[in-house]
Amino acid sequence: MPIPSDLKYTSEHEWVKDPEGPVARVGITDHAAGSLGDVVYLDLPEVGAQVTAGEPCGEVESTKSVSELFAPVSGTVTAVNDQASDAPETVNQDPYGAGWLFEVQPAGQAQGLLDPAAYAALVEAAK
Amino acid sequence: MPVPPAQPPIASPSHASPSNTAPASPPPLQSPLASVHAALGAHLTEFAGWRLPLRFTSELAEHKAVREAAGLFDLSHMAQLDVAGDRAGEALDRALTGRYRGMDVGRASYSLILAPDGGVIDDLIVYRLGESHYLVIANAANRAPVAAALGERLAPFSVALKDLTGRRTLIAAQGPAAPGIVRQILSDADRSLVDQLRYYRIAPARTAGGTEVLLARTGYTGEDGFELSAPSERAVALWEELMAAGRPQGLVPAGLAARDTLRLEAGMSLYGHELSRETTPWDAGLRHFVALDKGDFVGRAALVDPAGAPLPPRRRLVALSGTGRRAAREGCAVVLDGTAVGRVTSGALSPTLGHPVALAYVDAAAFPAQPAAGTVLDVDVRGRVQPFTVVRPPFYRRPRPAA
Repeated sequence: MPIPSDLKYTSEHEWVKDPEGPVARVGITDHAAGSLGDVVYLDLPEVGAQVTAGEPCGEVESTKSVSELFAPVSGTVTAVNDQASDAPETVNQDPYGAGWLFEVQPAGQAQGLLDPAAYAALVEAAK
Repeated sequence: MPVPPAQPPIASPSHASPSNTAPASPPPLQSPLASVHAALGAHLTEFAGWRLPLRFTSELAEHKAVREAAGLFDLSHMAQLDVAGDRAGEALDRALTGRYRGMDVGRASYSLILAPDGGVIDDLIVYRLGESHYLVIANAANRAPVAAALGERLAPFSVALKDLTGRRTLIAAQGPAAPGIVRQILSDADRSLVDQLRYYRIAPARTAGGTEVLLARTGYTGEDGFELSAPSERAVALWEELMAAGRPQGLVPAGLAARDTLRLEAGMSLYGHELSRETTPWDAGLRHFVALDKGDFVGRAALVDPAGAPLPPRRRLVALSGTGRRAAREGCAVVLDGTAVGRVTSGALSPTLGHPVALAYVDAAAFPAQPAAGTVLDVDVRGRVQPFTVVRPPFYRRPRPAA
């Protein structure tokens, strides 16, 4: 699956759309979903929660492992993808679309995000 | 989200790599089925020094296929040790925990090899192939220590140990459709073996394609099924024969990830998790597989008091069933009144049951008796305490075939 060109990325394999807002949507990359295996459970922040860039804000579990989810930007959670929570396989099937995880109203400037080329290089280096 | 490296799903690194190995690890060993893995685009991982499929497509789909139809596993990494000599049975009786002299030819025995201090070096299956001929299958990660200990223990009996690992493949066909599939690939003369061969039995057979196999009705999934050992040069042909016969019946290639969740649902212990040099058979609840009254064997003295009665266990293995979908994982603490009294050794969201299941050790000091089914224990699941209920294993029991 190609790395979408309209998103920003973290070195922890999250993607973020519109990090400057007004609403930044967050998910995990196809590389992350593929490495975890079948996603079976999502522990997502609640609407209204404050998240801090670089801090853990949830968990993504596959059959075999569990990984912490880090907030790519700081702000207030405005929406959570309940459909993905109810059907976590959506994250494997459509990580950049229907498998998005939560939305944040960013507070302040996003920092340290990777552009698609930089993220592609990071994935390549990990192989 | 830190992406885990392609981890070996079913061995703790502490046991997979003994501390005395050189820091530079040798290149992984290749299965004789490596070309098949590549052609199928398998997601590979390094496991016990071998390069093996973690999954072929989706571990959940592979798990489900084994429960509902059948899955095909490449187990070529498992240690295959050939034991032959006039006194082989007697020697194995001294070396391992079961009874081998008295076992009928064609039978198999789940067994343990113990250190002199009673700790488990490995769990094994011993098959009696002939009057003075046995086959021992051990875990890949323990191939060296098992071969070393066994070789040393057999030598005084002039019994020869040959390590056939790598020279023979091992392929498992597991699931309700497995008997029909195996029947289909056997030669006309051997086809009826599938009906005659009961659980934990082994027999030589020939496939329609001309491969000589050892056909065993054993497995590690909680399902009916077979394990086939054959010369490695026949591995690809045997795999293709099984896939061709089984594909129309839903047979799919399955990897190590599915193998681990299948064995966990079946409540089976895994070396490096429930079993280790620090656990005794009593701790692991494996008393049934230790023949205390057969005479002396290595490890026996450490397991009994001077009167010959089994010593009390130091820990107790419990099967735990949770609610919701957040799984307790290896390392999570079992807590009682705010104090850690145990540790989860394996845990996952059960793909078949849809709720978390786990195996855990609890301290015998906190639990003087085995916790009864229905006892509720708290587990600290990554900072959040969740209640789990003690159940009688297995978590999953396959439906009885219709009479």
